[in-house]
Parts: sequence; C-alpha cells; structure tokens
Amino acid sequence: MEASGLRVALPGYLRDWQEKIEAFARRSGLDFFPQVFEVLSPDEMNEVAAYGGFPTRYPHWRWGMDYERLKKSGDYGLSRIYELVINNNPCVAYLQEGNSLTDQKLVMAHVCGHNDFFKNNYAFKITDQDRRPPERAEDMVVSRMDRLPTRRWIDTFANHAARIRRHMDRHGVTAVEEFIDVCHSLENLIDPPARMLEGRAKPAEPDEDAPAEEVPRLKASGYMDSFINPKEYLAAQRKKLDEEAAKPRRFPERPTRDALQFLLENAPLEKWERDVLEIIREEAYYFWPQAQTKVMNEGWASYWHSKIMTGYACDASEIIEYADRNAGVMGGGGKNLNPYKLGVELYRHIEERWNKGRFGKEWEDCTDLDDRLHWDRQLGLGRKKIFEVRALYTDVMFIDEFLTPEFCVEQKLFTYTWSNRNDRFEIDTREFRAIKDKLLFQLTNFGNPFIFVEDGNYENRGELLLRHDHQGVDLDQEKGKETLRNLYRVWRRPCTLATQFDGRPTLLRYDGKEHTSKRAGT
Amino acid sequence: MALKIDQDHARFRDIVKGRIRENLKRYISSGDLVARQGKDTVSIPVPQIDLPRFRFGEKQSGGVGRGEGDQGQPVDGGEEGEGEGGKGKAGQDAGQHALEVEVALDELAKILGEELALPRIEPRGKARIVADKDKYTGIQRQGPESLRHFRRTYREALKRLISAGNYDPKRPAIVPIREDRRYRGWSTSVQPVANAVIVYMMDVSGSMGDEQKEIVRIESFWLDTWLRSQYQGLESVYVIHDAAAREVDRDTFFRTRESGGTMISSAYKLCAEILAKRYPASEWNVYPFHFSDGDNWSVDDTLQCIEILKTRILPAANMFCYGQVESPYGSGQFVKDLREHLGKDERVVTSEIRDKDAIMGSIKEFLGKGR
Repeated sequence: MEASGLRVALPGYLRDWQEKIEAFARRSGLDFFPQVFEVLSPDEMNEVAAYGGFPTRYPHWRWGMDYERLKKSGDYGLSRIYELVINNNPCVAYLQEGNSLTDQKLVMAHVCGHNDFFKNNYAFKITDQDRRPPERAEDMVVSRMDRLPTRRWIDTFANHAARIRRHMDRHGVTAVEEFIDVCHSLENLIDPPARMLEGRAKPAEPDEDAPAEEVPRLKASGYMDSFINPKEYLAAQRKKLDEEAAKPRRFPERPTRDALQFLLENAPLEKWERDVLEIIREEAYYFWPQAQTKVMNEGWASYWHSKIMTGYACDASEIIEYADRNAGVMGGGGKNLNPYKLGVELYRHIEERWNKGRFGKEWEDCTDLDDRLHWDRQLGLGRKKIFEVRALYTDVMFIDEFLTPEFCVEQKLFTYTWSNRNDRFEIDTREFRAIKDKLLFQLTNFGNPFIFVEDGNYENRGELLLRHDHQGVDLDQEKGKETLRNLYRVWRRPCTLATQFDGRPTLLRYDGKEHTSKRAGT
Repeated sequence: MALKIDQDHARFRDIVKGRIRENLKRYISSGDLVARQGKDTVSIPVPQIDLPRFRFGEKQSGGVGRGEGDQGQPVDGGEEGEGEGGKGKAGQDAGQHALEVEVALDELAKILGEELALPRIEPRGKARIVADKDKYTGIQRQGPESLRHFRRTYREALKRLISAGNYDPKRPAIVPIREDRRYRGWSTSVQPVANAVIVYMMDVSGSMGDEQKEIVRIESFWLDTWLRSQYQGLESVYVIHDAAAREVDRDTFFRTRESGGTMISSAYKLCAEILAKRYPASEWNVYPFHFSDGDNWSVDDTLQCIEILKTRILPAANMFCYGQVESPYGSGQFVKDLREHLGKDERVVTSEIRDKDAIMGSIKEFLGKGR
C-alpha cells in the first residue's frame, strides 16, 4: 500500500502560493491545522471522492457505485470535483491536476476556510481522538490553546480497512460484505450529542444484596427529630422507595438513541461481526459533524475564498475566471437550495447586522420602516461576531437564530410541496415562519427520524422494541420494513418499531419470516 | 494506472448485472444523469443501489427552494436536490464542488455499448472462438501452496518483525508465519464470442417515404456501429428489397433510393438462401433484422413470409427482429400478422418505430440486456 499523505510533492509554484495564501489567511484571523496539498489525476480524484475523501477505505461496492457516478459525470463533462478536504490533523486536501492556477488558488483559499472550521467549530470536537469526557459544560467549547488535538483519521480509516480485509480473508468476502450492508442500513441510528460524554464512568449498578436504602432525614437535634421527621412521613417515604425498588428493571435502563452501541453491547454477534459494527459506528460518528454543519462549513469556506481571492490572491487577469468559477459554485435555484450560497449569504447578513448594530432590544422594538432601512450604529462588530458564530453554532442553531424575514425576501426563498393534483412540486408560500420551520425540520438530525431503543426484552420475550419519535412526518413504510429485516439479522429475535402512519399509532414487526403491521393498543 | 477502487467498482458492476449478491437486486434503481445538448436532453444511465434505512416518506416532506415565482407555480430543479435529504451518504460529499457543463451528443453514443448486447449469443463453431484466458493479476492472502509468492511472503514477514520491534540486523532471522503468506492470484477474462452474423433487410419500396427510409437507415446504422464495436469479427450482410430482393454492400445499403412494389417474401427467401449457403447454424450465431413500413403486396405473400420464417429462417437464427416504421401510406398490417402467427415465439422481437425519437427505444427493445 502506498503511503499517502506526502506521496506527491507539490510543484514549486503551487507551494509558493500555498505559503502566501496561508500567511494572508492567518493575518485575517483564520486559525487552522497544518495543511498538506496533494495533486491528483481526475481518476484518482474520483477514487478519493468515492472513498469519502480518504485514500483508503475497506472494500465495499458502495464506493464503486459512487465512483461510477462521479466518473461518468466527469467523463461526460457534467460536473467536476474541484476540491476535497479531510478533517484530519494535519489537514489533507487535494488539487486536481491540470486545473488552472486560478482554480488551484481558489481551492487553497477555500480549504483554509474549511480547515479553520474543522479546528474551531465545537461540533467537530467529537472527532478528537484524544478527547476526554468533559467535566463541565464549558469544557466542550473552550478551545485548547496549548496543543493540537489528535485527529489521525486517515490512519484510522486505513486500519479499519485492514481489519475488514482480514475478516474477509477469514470468513469470505460475501459474508462480510453482507454484514456491512446490514450495518450501513442501520448506520443512522447513532446519538451524536451523547458521543461527547462517551467514556464517562457509568453510575454503579445497585447491589442486589445491599441493605435497603435509608429514608433521608432532615437534620435535627434529638428532641426536635420527631417533629421535623414525623413517623407518618417516614413511613410514606419508605413505602415509596420500596415501590420504586419493586418495579421491574428496564432494559435498557433509559431509552437510548445510540442503537448501534446498544446492539454492540447486547446483540448475539460473532466476534468479527462485532468488530465490523464497531467500525461502521466509528465512521458514522466521524462523518456526523460534517453533516451537521454543511451550510455553515461551506458558507464559511466560501466566505473566505471570496475574501482571499478578491482581496489578495487574484490579479486583474484572473478575476474574470475566478468570478465565473465562483458563480458556478454558488449557482442553482428552484428546488435546489445551494448550501454554499445560503451559508455565505447568511454570514454576510450577520456581519452587516453586527457592523451596523442591527440587533438587541432597540432594533427589535423599532417599527419605523424608514429607520430600520437606514439603521447604522457603526459598531464594526461584524467580523468578531462571525468568528464567534463559526465556533459555537451548528446548522440548526445558525438558521434558528440568524434567519430573518429581511433575509428571506432578499434571497427569494420559498417553500415547496408535492401537489397531488398536478403531480409536481409547487411553490407553497414565501412566508417567513413557514420557510424557517421547513429549513429547521430538514436540518434537525440531518433529516433523519429520531429512533430510540425502547426495550430489549419486549413482551418479556427477548424481542427488540424501537420507538420512532413522531414529529409530524411519517416514515417510508417499505424502507422501514426492510430496515427491520436487517435489524433482525443483528438481533436474531423479532424486532418491532412503534411509529405512526396517517396519525394512527402503528407497530411494524418482523419476526424472521414475515412482516406484520398492526394498530397499537389493539 | 490501476486504482484501488477498481475492485469495488467491479464488485458493484457484478451486483448490478445480477452475477453476485442477488438479494440486493430489489434495491437497484436506475438513476439518470441528465445532460443537455442545446434543447435536447440526453440521459446517461447510472444504476444505484439504495440500502434501506429508517427515513421519512418522500413526497410528504417538500422543502425550501430559492428563486422567482408565485404560489402554486411549479418548481424545477434536478433530482439531486440538497433538500431531499437521506441521499444515503451522511455528508460524505462535504467539500465537493460541482459545475454543470454542456456535453456533446457523439460522446454519449459510447455509453450505449454498455447497456446493449447481442441476446442469446452461444459459442458455435470452432474457427473463431476467443478462448477464456487465465492470467496472474495480483496477490492474495490465500491460495494453494504451489502458488506461494516467496518474495512477497518474505517481505510481509520482514514488515511484521520490524513493526513489532523484533528485527535484529545482526541476526536477521526471518520466519514467515501463516498470516504473512502471500499467493499469486489470477483472474479469468472472458472475451465475447464473435462468431455472429447480422443480416440487415430493408424495404425500399415506394410506400416508404424519405422520412421512413431515413429512420431505418439511422437505426440500422447505429445497430451496425455498436455491434461492430462490441464484437470482433462480426459479419454483416445487407439486403434491400422492393418487389425483388438483392444483396448489396454496406455503402449502397445506407445510400440507395428506389421505389416499386413490395414483396417481403423476396427478401426472406434471399436471406434464407444466404444463411443456408454461407452461415450454417451449427457454426454461426445468426441475427436477421428486417425494417419495413408494414405494407405488403398481398395476404398470400404475407403467409408465404411467415412460412419461410417458420421453416427456414427461425431454425437457423438465434433471434429474428422486425422493426416497423410508421408511414402515412402503409397499412402497418405486417407487424400485426407477425404477432398473430409468431407472437408466442420468444425468438421473434417486433418493434414499432413512430418517429426519430423512438429509435433509441427500439434499439433497446432489440438488444436490451436480459433478453
């Protein structure tokens, strides 16, 4: 296997530009990991892109599928990959061989933005490999200035590949691949917020033989005791505790969203199967922050490539080409809301608001349209604010806090729905509230439904019960059934999903032979 | 340069072709990449396998878009909308930029080869069969001891010792263990069997207008071009007919303009003679194609055609393809007769070609895979 990373030395002129652009970016306040650029041929670029940005992944047809799509659209000139960057320390990014110098500079500038985001945004802290569960909430956001976190994901992914290859040698390609498919089918059943706390000591299991818990008493000197802790009160409390203890223990103790972890700990898996599932779970968590901050991350990188290119790196002969590329990246309308465009415009909107002091009570309370239009307190806080935003927010919070009615009008946003009558998607409304709700809904949990493991001993028969926290939109029923089938493959006992269809509580069940669906409570 | 991903890609192609992992077949959908050439759009097939997972029903959700328009107006936008969520890749495409560029039509012609193939091709005759070839192509972790690759095995052992810190340059004793062993791996490449002949028959009678002839020429031209590029040593025979039939060369076939009555049986007779004389069924895969506007001279002649097909052509052929062009003059009766008499025969494929746009679909009907 080739040692990736520093395989291709960067040509001198590109290295010069890398240094210049990085120096300018640092002067502008960006703070990023050391960067390594590699130049790849278009086919290699497609390969790396199909591997999710990594030089090596475990063998699976899914990468081949992505590769075919990328290659075909590249070969027939439909699209081109401009840039790929990996959240790794050092940060590795790829340049495509044969692109013009303007393109390469654009990519370098863009990568500086991504890299700064990877390093500073708190959501990416879960990709620190030397992370310790935080003692206090503040620990999660305070950036450690003393040393850089360990993020050797390229190595980790290569190790995963080696592990899976070994299993394939031992148990056969098809058997392992089939199990990987099952895991992929379940890979969105993870719990990113809880990942931060992973590794914390678990609360001790109550000891069966331990003497019954004492009823807590209020402190009182001897002669007052019978007044402050009256007998009847103590007896009532005693009874309550006994009842609590007599309740059947639940399994899992509390519903958990990290179904993969639950399966790892409790499903009857072979050793190699456990290892595969662990790898898939690990990689799913790696990609999660990127999904969680797509708009912010791309917006931030676009904001900076535009600042760096127009303010420093382009000369007059290159500016047209740059503008053309930039327009291509920012383009798209109709149903496709371009995250690059949305992100960059929202940052600019925030910058303008904080520069002009358009925030706070005074601004909120102002109803005079003319005043609002010419509002300018000349605070100049914009740049500071957006740096703060890039560190402390994720997409959901970003939209929730900074999307304004003015912005929606300016950017011509609308919501659309499927029209059964006309058999097509149609514009629904341009109302601010509706747009915001829809956007937030799409971004929450990255468009994934919330699924909890409710009971690992359902009906006292060792069956698995999952619950879908229904928030107004039904699941895809067919896909749900197929997924249950895969879940059965792991749990090896009947699996049930409690959800709703058309407003009715429904239980979908797969018992290893057939699917059943019945109304709950009947 | 060979890429690591080629293996994954080959695996994916095998799944799509149904060679392995048949249980995945139900998840395969045919995605399309849509290219624009001026006003025309061309779609490039890109098969896709979507593994099931818990996700929202699609059409219920809708999304947020950007642009002009009033309430109730349709929204356009490609299939790969960001708003559609759950594309199955948890944000793995972070940091890819895509630009849309226009594409030339002739470039697209190439891909068709992948989707089309001669149906029911069988190894026949000995003279021209291209044999299966085994070739040592790589290194594997398991295999017979006779194929053990000493140098690679030794190298693995060395690597293991060094990384474990057990290597002593002064006493370099290297003993490979089981995990270090490497073996030569081979792969078998299968060449398509090329012992095939295509007989193109075209109706050039007066009832075929210029437009109809044009359609037939375009269709047979593309058929011919693709089949030639796909199979080495493929032979072609060209026959044109009005009331009488004659064999012509390729150039004449695509250029000639004639007029007269129509006796389809004349062409079939000639075809049967050529096959019997030059391409015996024991040695050749035979594919006769016939194009006409479906207007035959008489019912008797039609019956005679069917007789010839049944007794002389079909027994010798792998398949018989009939393409009928719609014409303002022709009755279009012939295709109905064929279907009536031979509709149950799997070897007979009929296709009606309404206009130029239907050519592609018709070629797919003839040569589409899975027949």
